[in-house]
Amino acid sequence: MRVTAIAAGLAFAMSLSACGSGGGDDGDGGGGDNATPKYNAGVNNVFNPSDKKGGTLKFANDSDFDSLDPGDTYYGYSWNFVRNYARSLVTFKSAPGAKSNELVPDLAESLGKPSTDAKTWTYKLREGIKYEDGTPVKSEDVKYAIARSLDKDVLVNGPTYFNDFLDLKGYAGPYKDKDKTMKKFTAIETPDDRTLIFHLIKPFSGFDYLAMLPSTAPVPAAKDTGTKYKEHVISTGPYKFEKNELGKQFTMVRNDQYDPKTDPDTGRKALPDRIEVQLNVNQADIDQRLQSGALDVAISGVGVQAETRAKILNDPQLKQFADSADQARTWFTSFDNSVKPFDNIHCRKAVMYAVDKEGLLRAYGGSSGGQIATNMMPPLVPGSKKIDLYEAKDKPNGDIDKAKQELQECGQPNGFTTNISYRAEREAEKATAEALQQSLDKVGIKTELKAYPQSDYGKLYAGKKDFSTKNKLGLRVYGWGSDWPDGFGFLSQITDSRVIRDAGNTNFNVNDPEIDAMIDKALGELDEKAREPIWVDIDKKVMENAYYLPTVWARQLLYRPERLTNVFITDAYNMYDYTTLGVQ
Amino acid sequence: MIAYVIRRLIAAVLLIFVVSAVTFLIFFGVPRLGGASAEDLASRYVGKTAGEEQIKLAAERLGFTDPLWEQYGRFAKGLVAGADFDTGTEVDHCPAPCFGYSFITQNPVLPDLLDRLPVTVSLAAGAAILWLFGGVATGVLSALKRGSIFDRAAMGVALAGVSLPIFFTGLLALSIFSYTLEWTPPGGTNPVEQDNPWDWAAALILPWITLALLYAAQYARLTRAGMLETMGEDFIRTARAKGLPERRVVVKHGLRSALTPILTIFGLDLGLLLGGAILTETTFSLPGIGQYAVIAITNQDLPKVLGVTLVGATFIILANLIVDLLYAVVDPRVRTA
Amino acid sequence: MTDQEDIYVEPDTGLPSDAEPPVSGTFLDVRDLYVHFPTDDGVVKSVDGLSFQLDRGATLGIVGESGSGKSVTSLSIMGLHKAGTAQISGEILLNGQNLVGMGRESVRRLRGKDMAMIFQDPLSSMHPYYTVGDQIIEAYRIHHDVSKSVARKHAIDMLDRVGIPNPKSRVDDYPHQFSGGMRQRAMIAMALSCDPELLIADEPTTALDVTVQAQILDLIRDLQQEFNSAVIIITHDLGVVAELADDILVMYAGRAVEYGRADEIFNEPQHPYTWGLLGSMPRLDRERTERLQPIPGTPPSLINVPDGCPFHPRCAYHELNEGRSQTERPVLRDIGGGHQIACHLSAEHRLRLWNDEIKPKL
Repeated sequence: MRVTAIAAGLAFAMSLSACGSGGGDDGDGGGGDNATPKYNAGVNNVFNPSDKKGGTLKFANDSDFDSLDPGDTYYGYSWNFVRNYARSLVTFKSAPGAKSNELVPDLAESLGKPSTDAKTWTYKLREGIKYEDGTPVKSEDVKYAIARSLDKDVLVNGPTYFNDFLDLKGYAGPYKDKDKTMKKFTAIETPDDRTLIFHLIKPFSGFDYLAMLPSTAPVPAAKDTGTKYKEHVISTGPYKFEKNELGKQFTMVRNDQYDPKTDPDTGRKALPDRIEVQLNVNQADIDQRLQSGALDVAISGVGVQAETRAKILNDPQLKQFADSADQARTWFTSFDNSVKPFDNIHCRKAVMYAVDKEGLLRAYGGSSGGQIATNMMPPLVPGSKKIDLYEAKDKPNGDIDKAKQELQECGQPNGFTTNISYRAEREAEKATAEALQQSLDKVGIKTELKAYPQSDYGKLYAGKKDFSTKNKLGLRVYGWGSDWPDGFGFLSQITDSRVIRDAGNTNFNVNDPEIDAMIDKALGELDEKAREPIWVDIDKKVMENAYYLPTVWARQLLYRPERLTNVFITDAYNMYDYTTLGVQ
Repeated sequence: MIAYVIRRLIAAVLLIFVVSAVTFLIFFGVPRLGGASAEDLASRYVGKTAGEEQIKLAAERLGFTDPLWEQYGRFAKGLVAGADFDTGTEVDHCPAPCFGYSFITQNPVLPDLLDRLPVTVSLAAGAAILWLFGGVATGVLSALKRGSIFDRAAMGVALAGVSLPIFFTGLLALSIFSYTLEWTPPGGTNPVEQDNPWDWAAALILPWITLALLYAAQYARLTRAGMLETMGEDFIRTARAKGLPERRVVVKHGLRSALTPILTIFGLDLGLLLGGAILTETTFSLPGIGQYAVIAITNQDLPKVLGVTLVGATFIILANLIVDLLYAVVDPRVRTA
Repeated sequence: MTDQEDIYVEPDTGLPSDAEPPVSGTFLDVRDLYVHFPTDDGVVKSVDGLSFQLDRGATLGIVGESGSGKSVTSLSIMGLHKAGTAQISGEILLNGQNLVGMGRESVRRLRGKDMAMIFQDPLSSMHPYYTVGDQIIEAYRIHHDVSKSVARKHAIDMLDRVGIPNPKSRVDDYPHQFSGGMRQRAMIAMALSCDPELLIADEPTTALDVTVQAQILDLIRDLQQEFNSAVIIITHDLGVVAELADDILVMYAGRAVEYGRADEIFNEPQHPYTWGLLGSMPRLDRERTERLQPIPGTPPSLINVPDGCPFHPRCAYHELNEGRSQTERPVLRDIGGGHQIACHLSAEHRLRLWNDEIKPKL
């Protein structure tokens, strides 16, 4: 399972390209609203706009959701899709390109109102919101939904942001204390049926991103069945479950209790009368069906297979139905500073200079698979900047002289030996490891390649501290995507030393008190304009210290069958928006 | 005979327990022998942001911290007496035989398997009929017309059939018949959810043919070899000497003997397939037991893998038993021996 | 086949081959039979110009080592060679009808009804999955349009006649439930179920132990008298046919080397090969003076038959013929009273050798 494997360390992608910084060489994205098939017509534009209702929208998934329970899901496509049946407090605006990075109120009347110290956040629910059975949604239900999602022992999949930021005072959720009234859950107050007051343990300027999490979608306590709730989620969105066969397929029909008048800001269109989702479908067959029109959307949003990509790009007839989607994901290689001589910054820098950046991009299929990454934060993350400290632009094939100079300073003029680990199942990572090996060989750094199963890569091998040290995994090929499109969503989990643990790490290597302090500063900064440069500084610091070797900012090729309407790539999810699609 | 059947059934049940113990040991014991800690195992079954505390809790909840024999004892007890699992809000009872409770999807394994069984049975049974008749007929004709153009062509096709992988022939078939000609429904159409037998068959015809092609080839070759051997037997000469028409010699005297060993292979093949036609189900996205096995393995969802293994083993053991009993019906020498 | 005219001595039947069936006299007339099998290694000349006759009620013993062509001959008569594998020429006149060249379907209709055959190994020759009764019933019903129960009665009757005790229950037994002798009795019952005029018994006793052998031979003799069938017994063991056969045909390398009345063959055999066969045969009616003497050497290849007399590489006396044995194939010739041999030895030599060297050792 691709997504779970990624899950070990990276979330999926959501992001925004600040206009002009992204896009690379595929800037031929359409101009203006249009209905003529054209390559990249769904990038930054609504392709085939329409308000026509009706029909059945068919999705297929090459694997399965981690869970359909909004309180128990952590896949990007799931967060995108869940909005069809679950409304969170706020959400990303359904709009093409960077416009989707805007958070807009969904259940709430407005975005959160912070206290000046950014430790208390208040939301007020809109009036007239009902569940599919007609009962009104209360603030208590949102509180219950968040409370249950805290219990990672029962609902294991979702993110732990609420666990990390709420002032829980030891509260572990309603399953543990068997109290659905949540008397001990004081971190969220519900003074009336429409008001929610969140108390945080530390300042968090970006709390609206947490209010965006699907786990804020209300769950009526009486209807909660714990791990079995995913079998029939009580809908608040425009669609409700008609039939749900776990692991096989599910169908959704219109929820007649959903009132579009209560949903003025999100941009949901709710065009089809019916949504069908098939699970565990052969990926090769999905690609075939997309091209034949037997299927509308590959729900995982990671694009077509490498073979199909080549076929589509070489056939103008097919290419006109394809969109190249930049991802808020960075493929990188992490040093292990505990493996000598990488404890010496100059030895790390020698590697940074030596590598053939173009060769590493080829490992991911060239420009259709991404662009050369100069720093960690991808261009799609709002406010990010390109920081080219190691001559990616001037010497894309590596700078042997500089590398040798750094080796000299490191005290290893003749090079040294180390190991490169990668995930065995991933062709691109194997190719990356081989490209690294070739480049480093030129400056005398001899390497041996070590492949490990991807399912345990983070938990038992490369991401396990003592294993990595013992096996001298000086270079570890990996990747990371952000949970949401801002600096915190992308950088915190890979640079904050306080998330480092013995095994299952997401932060492989950065243990820098300065960076920790900068992160805390950003968390307390309520002004977005002041906050963004802090994250850029953190990114720069990571590059200066050569903690990571970023290689590629990812890109995927999506296919939009002819009959789809209102198709566009949302930068918030790096795939088509699943709440606006219609069929002809 | 009845005593024999009962004895065999008891042996079968014991064998299933042995298989379960061995499988359990492989999945739960070997990683521990390889140096993985209880937490290492548990770390697969927590969310991606779970901390050490959570992993420890999960290891305890999933029972990885207990001695292996105790873990197996719990599993075996579930098989015999059922087991209870906490969903958070309530206690979910998994009635005997409880094949375990998924670490990933958190539901009992057996209902999943039973739910998926009809798809696999539909697939396996239909394909089995096709390949049995197709393969045997081809094999008989090839044997009778040994060395003819038909024989050479049939054996050539048979070789190709054995060599071509299902994910190739399957996707090709889908591309042609489902997406270009649109004669058959697309991949992933669940046959057991169709409204009428016609649609059921339409959803299965490509998987049937693709799967049957693989086996028919093998059966054609086996039948041909068996027929060639049988037709050289003394009792065939006797049958001819009695003045029987050739057709009767071939069918009643020749085929009957030649098919007996094929029956054994057929039983085992069918048993194996009922445990999941992995490649076919994956290629055509059929929600059967084979697909379930693949999902279980990729997720390293050990209880599911264990469950699939046990179901597969059960089918093979049963198939073996049935074949042995049928053998007694077919061959009187076995009956009295 | 260059010398086929020479080796064939026309028996004086006075009838052309396509004549009307004779009212009496010769029932089976095999004339100049050739059975060749083309193979990748060459043509296997299994039967290479063979003629013999057999009357109703009479018994012919065909004797020879394996590979001499005796079984091929019998299968040719039965029409049991697979289509396309054997090249058969000559004539096989059964009751005046030539079986060679007759349609396969017509021969099939004769098979089992007019001519029947029993085989060497009754266990492998009966189908293991069908009861003995079913197999007899099948044989009967294929030629008689009767109900199953009638056929079953007939089968029980036949089993009774061949001496199977308690035939009413044994009829439902499977072949493996019978003893070896019983099985051969059952085979005989099956062969005789349609009352055939010609019965060919191919090594009928080889697979059986000695006491059972005698019983089976007695049975064949009794039944022959009862049914007045013509019988061919094919064996490598002269002893088997000693008391049963009226005529004996000794075959070597696809041809007859000695052919005559049984008493003559036994009392005054004239061919060294026959002497060899007699020498290798245990005899109960005479005291044994020396160890049994197997014939030295092995039977010849049927693809490359030795020049001259095919037996000469194994013959102790071939040097007595001034090299003719190595160059000239001896023709089957009458040496008086219908006794025929194919040997270059002169009458004097044969008489001396028989009386001085062979006879005393037997």
